Amino acid sequence: MKVLVCVKQTFDTEAKIELKDGKIADAGINLIINPYDEVAVEGAIQLKEKGVAKEIVVVAAGSDKAMDAIRTALAMGADRGVLVQQDTAADEFARAVALADAIKAENPDIVLAGHVAADDGSSQVPTRVAEILGFPHINVITSIEVAGGKATCSSEADGGTQVTEVSLPAVISSQVSWNEPRYPSMKGIMAAKKKPVATVAAAAADNKVKIVEFSMPPAKAAGIKIEDEPEVCATKLAEWMKNTVKVELK
Amino acid sequence: MAGTWIFVEQRDGNIRKVTYEMLSEAKKFGDEVAAVVFGKGVEALAPEFAKYGADKVYVVEDDVFANYNTGAYVAQMVAMINEFKPNAVLFAHTFNGRDFGSRLAQKLQLGLATDAIAVELSAGKGLFTRAIYAGKALAKVEVAGEPVLGTIRPGVCEVGDVSGAGAVVKPAVAATAADVYQTVKSFVPTVSARPELTEADVVVSGGRGCKGPDGIKLVEQLADLLGAAVGGSRASIDSGWLGHELQVGQTGKVVNPNLYVAAGISGAIQHLAGMSSSKFIAAINTDTEAPIFNVSDFGVVADLFKVIPTLVSELKK
Ligand SMILES: Cc1cc2nc3c(=O)[nH]c(=O)nc-3n(C[C@H](O)[C@H](O)[C@H](O)COP(=O)(O)OP(=O)(O)OC[C@H]3O[C@@H](n4cnc5c(N)ncnc54)[C@H](O)[C@@H]3O)c2cc1C
Ligand SMILES: Cc1cc2nc3c(=O)[nH]c(=O)nc-3n(C[C@H](O)[C@H](O)[C@H](O)COP(=O)(O)OP(=O)(O)OC[C@H]3O[C@@H](n4cnc5c(N)ncnc54)[C@H](O)[C@@H]3O)c2cc1C
Repeated sequence: MKVLVCVKQTFDTEAKIELKDGKIADAGINLIINPYDEVAVEGAIQLKEKGVAKEIVVVAAGSDKAMDAIRTALAMGADRGVLVQQDTAADEFARAVALADAIKAENPDIVLAGHVAADDGSSQVPTRVAEILGFPHINVITSIEVAGGKATCSSEADGGTQVTEVSLPAVISSQVSWNEPRYPSMKGIMAAKKKPVATVAAAAADNKVKIVEFSMPPAKAAGIKIEDEPEVCATKLAEWMKNTVKVELK
Repeated sequence: MAGTWIFVEQRDGNIRKVTYEMLSEAKKFGDEVAAVVFGKGVEALAPEFAKYGADKVYVVEDDVFANYNTGAYVAQMVAMINEFKPNAVLFAHTFNGRDFGSRLAQKLQLGLATDAIAVELSAGKGLFTRAIYAGKALAKVEVAGEPVLGTIRPGVCEVGDVSGAGAVVKPAVAATAADVYQTVKSFVPTVSARPELTEADVVVSGGRGCKGPDGIKLVEQLADLLGAAVGGSRASIDSGWLGHELQVGQTGKVVNPNLYVAAGISGAIQHLAGMSSSKFIAAINTDTEAPIFNVSDFGVVADLFKVIPTLVSELKK
């Protein structure tokens, strides 16, 4: 069985965001593999360790910088990579078209992805890819069982846990609590350098949405801070909750 | 314009509050507002939507819609869009809503703005404000299309004092069991007497400063007095004091309550991503330098083990 994992290179979650010429400045920003995608890669490796998956292919769409995300996944244990070269200013539609095109050529049984990218956070790409490929999908998973041409997954849904079954091939997106991604070993990092990575051109697709402007969130007005005996602090906090917030007690 | 449709988020007839928030918000744009509800035995819910601004309520009842499933819901929505040609269709940015919106948008070859924190609608066009980089920046995106598609973050729009005629319309059922490609084997609700994190008016969260289950108990005690949801930082989730579904932050839930209380939470950038847009923020932390104080409206530099018990008794007075 072939498992394909979509990995996106994102800004480090610690990164300080600034605007330059009306755009998000990326100079000097540390890039990481999207934390959700790292979990998806780990999930794929575990499927391989269980004997369910034979080969793990990682696919990233973007500029050459996305190669680092592929190398990280290869160092963790994926077998080979595909870099889909695409203008970074592609929207979710154009991204999904490009990824689906590359995925189709690989003919995988399972497509894993993160359920959301930690930077742009649109939560659209995996579901769009599934629609283009005509595959079923399950999102936000915390576990997976693969047997008899089907995948059964638990998902963190609103207000509870949902167990969903789909026929393969399918697109499945991860929640971070699925697993604890391994750190690449020194050996893994060395091996990754020799693993094959193909570079393909993105299928043409025009953006459907337009970014009108970027801005910084309005700064919050300075609040009140009290340093005093705990009892005094508590009394003042209670007054504020009652008079300013107007909390209602149960 | 040919109407703004709000897709109703409900499970077993329990409507999520975000549905009302979206109905009220849509009313601001002057166009006809319709609630769209799919399910089984859901017609009885129609008057509820009228109370919050729905001029029309599209009700589609069939066994195939008993529980949300992407295939049948998308097939039905596509047929209705073709028939009634709404100007915009909005979904809640929830487990089901973003799934529905994304698959529908791709089927219709349209753009979609997800997790919007503000929206402006006009004929054939939607301007959506999205929080990107975990809220560290904002992007305003324009979605043009027939219809305009978007998903709205729960808790960002106010439920207004509006109402509508709520005239019930019953479109033909356009989906069959053949459209269903996901089998939901089970749904186990999280057993809790407390409100859900993303729906609650008040959230009380505990971090590493709670030091263990005893500290979390204090957080829960305060939460229950306020009828609040309990949340946590990743430190308290990773320590096993709280379930993962209660994590607030960049890789957890984004919450927008009226009041957020952070007890023993330092305010790491990834935590702030999940709560800094709350209306009021209170912080209890022993470290006067803790970054949580930079976003709090009311901060107390003190030991939570001493503050919370007094706070509880003072509130009860
Ligand atoms: C008009 C417009 C212009 C833009 N310009 C820029 C720009 O200049 N620079 C920029 O960085 N972003 C830009 N973006 C953002 C870019 O569109 C998004 O990164 C992209 O649409 C994917 O959305 P997302 O990252 O929110 O993915 P989500 O849907 O949240 O991602 C979920 C999962 O999909 C998979 N995935 C997503 N993207 C990729 C990818 N590229 N490769 C492999 N797997 C992937 C991953 O598994 C990921 O976990 C622009 C967006 C718009 C609308
Ligand atoms: C990719 C990535 C994603 C992440 N996602 C998330 C996320 O979604 N959510 C999240 O929360 N974190 C997330 N984190 C982790 C985040 O960086 C922090 O490590 C975490 O939020 C710290 O939790 P904390 O504030 O409880 O603990 P700490 O930072 O250890 O803070 C504990 C605080 O308690 C105070 N304290 C101690 N004793 C007392 C007392 N008796 N009374 C009052 N105060 C006391 C201390 O002064 C301190 O400020 C993520 C990290 C990464 C790298």
